[in-house]
Amino acid sequence: MASVKFTLNGKSQIVDAVPAMPLLWVLRDQLGLTGTKFGCGMSLCGACTVHINGQPVRSCVTPISSVAGKTVVTIEGLSANASHPIQKAWVEQDVPQCGYCQSGQIMTASALLAKTAHPSDADIDEAMHGNICRCGTYDMIRSAIHRAAEIARTEGGRR
Amino acid sequence: MTAAVNRRGFLKAGAATAGGLLVSFYLPEESKISAAMTSAKLNAFVHVSPDDTVTLFIHKAEMGQGTVTSLSMLLAEELECDWSKIHTEFPGVSSEYGPYQGVFGSQSIRTSWMPLRKAGATAREMLIQAAAQQWNVDKSRCRAEKSWIVNSDSGARLSYGSLADAASKVAPPTNITLKDPAQFRLIGKPTKRLDTAEKVNGSATFGLDVRLPGMLHAVVERSPVFGGKVASFDASKSKTIPGVKDVIQISNGVAVIAENTWSAMEGRRVLKVTWDEGAIASISSTGISKNFADYSERPGAVARKDGDAASALQTASKKVETVYETPFLAHAPMEPLNCVAHVHADTCEIWASTQGQSAAREEGVRITGFPPEKVKVYTEFMGGGFGRRARGDYVAEAVEVSKAIGAPVQVTWSREDDLQQDFYRPAAYGRFTAGLDADGWPTALSARLICSPFGGLSNGVSRTGVEGVVDLLYSVPNILVDYHALDPGIPVSYWRSVGYSQNTFFLESFIDEIAKAGGKDPLELRLRLLQNAPRLKAVLELAANKAGWGKPLPAGHGRGISVVNNIGSFTAQVAEASLDGGKLRVHRVVCAVDCGYVVNPSGIDQQIRSGIVFGLSALKGGITIDRGRVQQQNFHQYDVLRMEEMPKVEVHLLATRNSPGGIGEASTPGIVPAVANAIFAATGKRIRRLPVSAEELA
Repeated sequence: MASVKFTLNGKSQIVDAVPAMPLLWVLRDQLGLTGTKFGCGMSLCGACTVHINGQPVRSCVTPISSVAGKTVVTIEGLSANASHPIQKAWVEQDVPQCGYCQSGQIMTASALLAKTAHPSDADIDEAMHGNICRCGTYDMIRSAIHRAAEIARTEGGRR
Repeated sequence: MTAAVNRRGFLKAGAATAGGLLVSFYLPEESKISAAMTSAKLNAFVHVSPDDTVTLFIHKAEMGQGTVTSLSMLLAEELECDWSKIHTEFPGVSSEYGPYQGVFGSQSIRTSWMPLRKAGATAREMLIQAAAQQWNVDKSRCRAEKSWIVNSDSGARLSYGSLADAASKVAPPTNITLKDPAQFRLIGKPTKRLDTAEKVNGSATFGLDVRLPGMLHAVVERSPVFGGKVASFDASKSKTIPGVKDVIQISNGVAVIAENTWSAMEGRRVLKVTWDEGAIASISSTGISKNFADYSERPGAVARKDGDAASALQTASKKVETVYETPFLAHAPMEPLNCVAHVHADTCEIWASTQGQSAAREEGVRITGFPPEKVKVYTEFMGGGFGRRARGDYVAEAVEVSKAIGAPVQVTWSREDDLQQDFYRPAAYGRFTAGLDADGWPTALSARLICSPFGGLSNGVSRTGVEGVVDLLYSVPNILVDYHALDPGIPVSYWRSVGYSQNTFFLESFIDEIAKAGGKDPLELRLRLLQNAPRLKAVLELAANKAGWGKPLPAGHGRGISVVNNIGSFTAQVAEASLDGGKLRVHRVVCAVDCGYVVNPSGIDQQIRSGIVFGLSALKGGITIDRGRVQQQNFHQYDVLRMEEMPKVEVHLLATRNSPGGIGEASTPGIVPAVANAIFAATGKRIRRLPVSAEELA
């Protein structure tokens, strides 16, 4: 067992866990943050995506020991009141169906938007390739990412 | 419209049966507790709280298909309640909600269209009656309006909340008047989903998200060969893994129980199990394919016989004969299977993301021996289902483990478990023969279909094995459809659109092959053969028109078309596709659908897109068997459609006043043949085997 200290959704967090235990299971089973989803366990589907130091990372293959000293953001901490432009666009365009993959889709898309303010379709293809949706919301995700870029620009202009 | 209410049947209404209060076992949120403890039950579907919150009980389940929203629309339309003040809950299993609770066969709207409107209308009439009594006026002087009862004479208003208690004591009306569809303010209007907010911030509770005090986590090692049994196991290493609490044998394998999911998985990784592999250990996909080909040479059980196809084939000017084959397919919902169970001394609680609440309860009853009323099922959001979650196997495992250890437990399936322990879409084979007259029109069509049956045989024919061909609507004078049940022992079951998923690929590809042989345009041939199928012909014309059938395309692109009539709906699709450096690309799909009366156009749009994506994945992936074992382990070996492969999809609704049809499975069958036909149009290469292989396209 190891004691690992990191920042989780803006707050300092210490967990005791087997060093190899993936962040996903620490979040879900030890910390009760179930918004981050288990889908494949092999970094193949993107359902478990979180931000670590601002980068989209698959928490299912991220040992908790590697998170020490880093900043982790999960879907629960992405924004207050679902106010992130990606979440606003998702609501506006009614993107989710079953919704299970959407935490991961939103975390990947929000990382894309942080890096690329106005992503092209090719940027979206590249960034979102690893996030599977079996309900087939891909076209809604694409249009909502474009919409989120607009929302972010408008909000940025107000600041 | 007047409808009689059967007071002993589907609708139970009023205080006599209600007892006023609803008490649920599992109420994690304070708001739910207060609403439930104080709301008045008007019937099994409608409760009203003093604060005017209307709670609608959704007796189906939500796997993404939009049922929570569309069924709420049916209730709210007739209830005349304020849409912004509704709250929904999934109730437990009860005969009040029909004989068998679950979501399968795209039936939610079809089976709820009248009953839920009646339930809403009954509750509305009870609220009107309560107001009329309070005002001492005839109820004809009262009307319902956005959660208020309005006195038409005085203009006075009473809120639903203020009337709820009195209304719950009113005798439910014996006959009720449903609204004229011309007066609908919700049904037929594009309506946003009710479950979006909680699905964008991580707060939606799926089955895998259920957390109970003292809950343990388990994973199960199952036989790698279907039907295999545990001979012996050695858990000594498993028990050295930190967090592992116990390792026990259950009927389906060996369960590793731990403090968290990861520890259970680690414990399972070092578990040693020796299996009695059983009879299936000699089965392989190549053997199954060879058997298919052998069987296809021999007549099967007759499923449909119009005229005399054999004679007509002999006298035909031209004959076309070809074979098609499709693989086993897994469902692969994004949420791996899981279930939480807590078996107490004389009750059992089950928390499940399930398509079959009744099936879940039956499994609880079977394993605990408790009477059904002692087994409670709590319905959670499903992260996809596609037919897989209609089975109760994963529920049974959780109940069995909880019973053995006497604690609440969550059994979690890995993706490997999901792909390797599924009840698959059957692998299937079709031999199709047609005879054409001198003008190139078909006079005879013979189809021989072979697959594993499920759901029983009738005169040697599996309904799910022949659907999509046996019910073809094309006017061909001589038709013979026969069937072989060939069961290699691989578990099979319902997969989104069931038999239509492979048989529509066979039939609609073959219709194109007939068109080619007869020198006809694929659209022209279908239109001529669908003279007696006006609804199918209408969507075909709409799809062709919207897609610009016959208009020029970029070099290397082709258009393909298909039609299907399943789940009470009619669908036509035109796909535009190409081979881009040997890789199949689908650029655009135009889908026209007539699903009868439209409840939520937005929901239909979502489901048509969804069904298309699900079908497109069938071009890419397949489950293969070697020595009785599934060879695919995870998504790197079972490829599904991804973002960059998503075509532009256009959905066109042909609004009709026919009874509502289903929608969740409407577009899945037609997309595969539309794409295969488009590739033929683009390249002259005919896809007859799935998944599409590079060799076939070379």
